Amino acid sequence: MLEILFSPETISSTVRMAVPLIFACLAGLWSERSGIVDIGLEGKMLAAAFASAAAAAYFGNAWIALIVAIAVSVSFSLVHGYAAINQRGNQVVSGVAINMLAAGLAVVLGNEWFREGGRTPQIPPEAQFAVFNLPFMSSLTGIPVVGPYLNVISGHSILVYLAFIFVALSAWALAKTRFGLRLRAVGENPHAVDTAGISVARLRYQAVIIAGILCGLAGTYLAVALQGSFVRDMSAGRGFMALAALIFANWRAWPSMWACLLFGYLQAVGLRMQGVKIADFEVPVQFINMLPYVMTVVLLAGFIGKSIPPRASGIPYSKDR
Amino acid sequence: MSSKKLVAGVAVVAILAVGAWWLLRGSQQTAKVGDGKPAIVFDIGGKFDKSFNESMFNGAEKFKSESNVQYGEFEIANEAQREQAIRNFADQGYNPIIAAGFAQAAALEKVAKEYPDLKFAIVDMVVDLPNVQSIVFNEHEGSYLVGMMAGLASKTGTVSFVGGMDIPLIRKFACGYAQGVKAVRPDAKIIQNMTGDTGAAWNDPVKGGEITKSQISQGSDVVYAAAGATGLGVLKAAAEGNILSIGVDANQNYLYPGKVLTSMLKRVDVAVYNVMKAGKDVKPGIQALGLAQDGVGYAMDDNNKALVTDDMKAKVEAAKADIIAGKITVHDYMSDNKCPVE
Repeated sequence: MLEILFSPETISSTVRMAVPLIFACLAGLWSERSGIVDIGLEGKMLAAAFASAAAAAYFGNAWIALIVAIAVSVSFSLVHGYAAINQRGNQVVSGVAINMLAAGLAVVLGNEWFREGGRTPQIPPEAQFAVFNLPFMSSLTGIPVVGPYLNVISGHSILVYLAFIFVALSAWALAKTRFGLRLRAVGENPHAVDTAGISVARLRYQAVIIAGILCGLAGTYLAVALQGSFVRDMSAGRGFMALAALIFANWRAWPSMWACLLFGYLQAVGLRMQGVKIADFEVPVQFINMLPYVMTVVLLAGFIGKSIPPRASGIPYSKDR
Repeated sequence: MSSKKLVAGVAVVAILAVGAWWLLRGSQQTAKVGDGKPAIVFDIGGKFDKSFNESMFNGAEKFKSESNVQYGEFEIANEAQREQAIRNFADQGYNPIIAAGFAQAAALEKVAKEYPDLKFAIVDMVVDLPNVQSIVFNEHEGSYLVGMMAGLASKTGTVSFVGGMDIPLIRKFACGYAQGVKAVRPDAKIIQNMTGDTGAAWNDPVKGGEITKSQISQGSDVVYAAAGATGLGVLKAAAEGNILSIGVDANQNYLYPGKVLTSMLKRVDVAVYNVMKAGKDVKPGIQALGLAQDGVGYAMDDNNKALVTDDMKAKVEAAKADIIAGKITVHDYMSDNKCPVE
């Protein structure tokens, strides 16, 4: 039991499960902090996963795949941005539309291009991201007890390290830079920002573009770094889980990372708990699988206090109101 | 947007849809192109999905090349088209009409009731109507054989299973597999995992890979995936972790040559071919295809030749003959929702 909870494999698995959530959660953070509700994280992640897998299969290069994925994801973001910012449409409706569009388009195009039932061919190993070993780690793994855990830090795809770098960058940029301050202001009180002579639309577009880039990274990690091909609906609800993590983290960067790691940990433990008995009682898998959602509800209901979204989140801005 | 505009919009769309429906219906009733020829409705994924649908397509093509009869076919693009497609074929007089896959059961049931004079067939599901043949497979028998191979190939004495969605059908695979492993290695440990409880569990290769990694860390060195597209992640993680894997439904040996021990074949092509060949005389009721009917089996080709020893093959072939002769009975999980071995 304890072995499962704290083994290096579980922790390593936690990191792999959490990274797509972290990227998506940060995307949601940037978008919602600027006042654009983004329910389309799932769709953008899926579109990026397809784009990256298709590009990797075609060009045979992981970095080109990443660029293509980001381009596709950003273009979906811009559609959402146009609907939400210029047209002042309902942002939830637009986000749902993006989810449906991405799910359908990926399968249709995939079938047309590769004829494998909406899948992409397996990407050859040389077109996947190489495993990145931290330079000084190999000499330290011999240390008892601590040694095996160092493998948790080293030996992941480069995108894993990028995820954590982006957490730090987002936290810093939102809190300490002029751009971040303005962006947060536009999510709280766009009228004040407008009065100060700063373009609300421009700031919000910048935010959705950043969200698009991050979703592009999330999708590429899923398809190219982890699986090595695209499969229909492979994002499997991770975009929505990232949204839950965002609420859980009260729309802040570092807590977002911890929330995603916690969700990743629960998934990793859940996979290993199947069939394990605690004092002659077999824990139902369904129970563990529902934990992230139950925890979000329970903790929000009483323990971490009120989770307050940005005040202007989801409200289209118009000067005359 | 004002609610008036919304109502007007909805009304316009509704009128257009009803109009289009009437037009389409009219045109179909005048042209009876089917005239007793067989037809098949492929499910989502399409006929080139390198799996379930493609296998059925191959069966239909075999029928066509042998009999020179052009069959009707339709690939649905979304779930709403299932009933529409089946009804269109029925309208046009195609007979029999094959619904490819369990997901079409509800649609087929509805249409089959409206056309009692036509014959229908459904693969992988039971629809209890007097004009429907339900084709099911004895997956437990095929899984038993690949389980034996897993038990014989394992060096650690621990093997594992990754299922897709946790439903009785997948437990049937797992149970047959476990019985096969235990038959050749009574002391073997079998780790069984399910990917999830929703439909997403069929399409989550990333999670499938994670499960496989956790099974490897628990000592498994042969893993059997019965999980749809999730299985692709299982096979990948197994190949990367240097253990053997077993594919499912179609022959998946080619995916990682030399790393996939074998694949449990479900011969849906045989099923489709048989129905098309029988034509209007297709027998209603449940048709169970097992080892005896060549409905299930295991895959051997150049990719896994080196992995399967002569001794393994001899033992598996002997068990196959015994199952067909009735000397070995493989327990079917779905008969009582219980499995005699763990």
